Amino acid sequence: MKHKDDDAAPGGLTRRQLLGSSAALLVGASGAASGLTFQGTPEWKPFDNVAVEPVDTEAEWQFFTDEEAATVEAIVERLIPADDLSMSGKDAGCAVFIDRQLAGAYGGYERLYMHGPFQDGTPEQGDQSALTPRQRYRLGLGALNDHCRNEHGAVFAELGEDQRDRLLAQLEDEEIQLDDIDTPIFFELVLKNTMEGFFADPIHGGNRDMVSWKMLGFPGARYDYRNYVERHNEDLGFEPVSIGGRPDWQTQG
Amino acid sequence: MATKLPPTDAVVVGLGWAGAIIANQLVDAGLKVVGVERGPWRDTARDFNIASVTDELRYAQRQELMLRTAQNTITLRNNPTQTALPMRQWGSFHPGNGTGGAGNHWAGITFRFQPEEFRLKSHLEERYGADSIPDELSLQDWGTDWEEMEPHYDAFEKIAGTSGRAGQLASGRQEGGNPFEGVRSSDYPTPPLKQPYSPTLFAETAREMGYQPFPVPSSLVSEAYTNPLGVTMGPCTFCGFCTNYGCANYSKASAITTVLPALIRKENFEARTHCEVLKVTTDSDGRRATGIVYVDSAGRRWEQPAEIVVIAAFTFENVRLMLTSNIGEAYDPATRRGTTGRNYAYQTANNVQLFFDDKNFNPYIGAGAVGMGIDEFNNDNFDHAGLGFFGGGSTRVTPIGATPINARPTPPGTPRWGSNWKRATVDNYASTMTIGCEASNYSSPNNYLSLDPTYRDRLGRPLLRITFDFTENDLRMAQYVTEKTAEIARRMNPRQIVANPRTGPWDGRPYQSSHVVGGFVMGADPSNSSVNKHLQVWGVPNLFVVGASAFPQNPGYNPTGTVGALAFKAADGIVNHYLRNPGEMIST
Repeated sequence: MKHKDDDAAPGGLTRRQLLGSSAALLVGASGAASGLTFQGTPEWKPFDNVAVEPVDTEAEWQFFTDEEAATVEAIVERLIPADDLSMSGKDAGCAVFIDRQLAGAYGGYERLYMHGPFQDGTPEQGDQSALTPRQRYRLGLGALNDHCRNEHGAVFAELGEDQRDRLLAQLEDEEIQLDDIDTPIFFELVLKNTMEGFFADPIHGGNRDMVSWKMLGFPGARYDYRNYVERHNEDLGFEPVSIGGRPDWQTQG
Repeated sequence: MATKLPPTDAVVVGLGWAGAIIANQLVDAGLKVVGVERGPWRDTARDFNIASVTDELRYAQRQELMLRTAQNTITLRNNPTQTALPMRQWGSFHPGNGTGGAGNHWAGITFRFQPEEFRLKSHLEERYGADSIPDELSLQDWGTDWEEMEPHYDAFEKIAGTSGRAGQLASGRQEGGNPFEGVRSSDYPTPPLKQPYSPTLFAETAREMGYQPFPVPSSLVSEAYTNPLGVTMGPCTFCGFCTNYGCANYSKASAITTVLPALIRKENFEARTHCEVLKVTTDSDGRRATGIVYVDSAGRRWEQPAEIVVIAAFTFENVRLMLTSNIGEAYDPATRRGTTGRNYAYQTANNVQLFFDDKNFNPYIGAGAVGMGIDEFNNDNFDHAGLGFFGGGSTRVTPIGATPINARPTPPGTPRWGSNWKRATVDNYASTMTIGCEASNYSSPNNYLSLDPTYRDRLGRPLLRITFDFTENDLRMAQYVTEKTAEIARRMNPRQIVANPRTGPWDGRPYQSSHVVGGFVMGADPSNSSVNKHLQVWGVPNLFVVGASAFPQNPGYNPTGTVGALAFKAADGIVNHYLRNPGEMIST
């Protein structure tokens, strides 16, 4: 069986397997076809499609300015406050998570249909905004701080906990209308991304030390519950494990 | 201009369940087959590795396995007075991409439709009177019957290794199985899965109330299984990353775990991935399909001539290809003429949440299709006389695995952030369960598929436009079955129950199910159907369009078992009838 590299393949398989049928021969001979043709036993390298790079939580902000980062940290610290159940959303890394998400493909909605015309529809027709998440944060955080400067004489991050809680509640209830962006489009995105950061696998930059999983009793990236499925109404006492492992696995023995 | 390739015996568009099954059957009959797939080649070991597949952000939130809407999406509206707008992010349903298609990230629930379903209109008229079906519904018979369908269901279950317990065999009623199912020629290939706590508790209560609970039939195999193609699967481990995820364990049946590993090794088969089909080509009078035109990942266009053309993509793309290829007459709701796009239907999903204080369901243990169900309130299993609606739903508890970005149930009124939110989230995570009722959706003249006049895909083709809303019939049915479900829930004595019957209008934002059906339906009459009972297009006998697009309406069951059966049925029609008389409509 002959193989030929396919240079136009977007990710995925890097080998193209040829031949057998006259059609495939012609495709090969033309040197031009850029689909991938498979026949016979497919070749693969283990893991070559699956790697996700763990987020470097110590690196600089990738998308946010310092003022934006401070604002987001001051938000996530109140959406998920520190209490007897867990550390705060800020300490759990939610702002870092959001920053890294915005810097990546998600931040530009690269996978989404973003062609116009953009027009308002019914609520049931869903989000019709032309703004990407990056634009939503840039506009929304700026408008929030403008509002805070005008109404309270300080940016959001400088306000006390109670005042921040009141402002967030007003955003949620649409009692504040931000300039430049629809308030719900901004608030709902921040709330959703904060929860994603708090509950997602820690490799994405939030959920530090699997704090939310310990809080819930979610065991994480375990794999086999065959011996447990019929143990009903019982605390199984699992320690959670992340895709990246568990701290005690990495301790030098 | 497309470059013309040498002809092949058959071209199959789409390598999900339907396309892979048909391609395999045609190759075994000696045909040379080319399979064309829009997305990538997917392989369990490489794409769904244990070390990385358990990633809720990547697979559930960012929809890694779904078709990118940037590549193709739909537009939606509730009625023709509205302007349809694009679904920019998948919400209500999750079309797949790549080999295996939506069958990679499906749940695995594998019901057979009941014998009455295939002649639903006739059945209801016989039982309730000739005028009993309301004008807002366009119910139809399928043009086939149980005797014709049963062998193909059997073939599909044996390919998939489906686990379950028979309720009806030729030898009679089987204790512990579904008493309402059609008589089976054989039992399930693998025994039922072990059950977690919440379905067990539900089944105990249902039994006390006189219902007959059964293990939900599941194409997650319960033990090592080697299918008739020689492909081996491993037992489900209840890992809880199932629906929306690919299976790392070769336990969830899909085309990539059950058919393609054998098919790709056969000499007469060739798969072309990253190739998106633009249209079906026909001869000058439109009486014969001559092949397809597709575009590869570098944007080059190729024409693949073929003696037989099989379209086996997802419902949406099946119908869009027929509309853009001018196959059949486009349906017009004003005149009710035309069949392409007609009788689009969905599913009416309802549920009841149960909040307990004294239970630990370990809800992270689960799988897309492990659970217990009852069928007393499904389809026409109960007397509808005087109820004001037809249809019903499959009532069941199927814990799919409570991954925490999405599965954090709290009672209504709970704050969405702050310390009180956190307290309620922790208090309810392990002690909440849900009874679902996946109910029928009966087709209506006002619900249809057409080409959008404004929005286009990246290749400049019109998006498919969905015009859909729930009918009064289905909304009444939803209230009824949800109340029946709530009766069971109350009997289970939780602290609080929350009943969520489906209400209108249809909302494209929250996920409901990917059970989109119809638009190119099968039947016995070319005036109200697009394909005959062999999935052969009326008037274009060498063109076959296979999938849930062929359902004339949707009963209260998940569709995949029937998609698989129809794929075997179409292949049987081609191999055993059409090849003997090419160019003719199959008349047997």
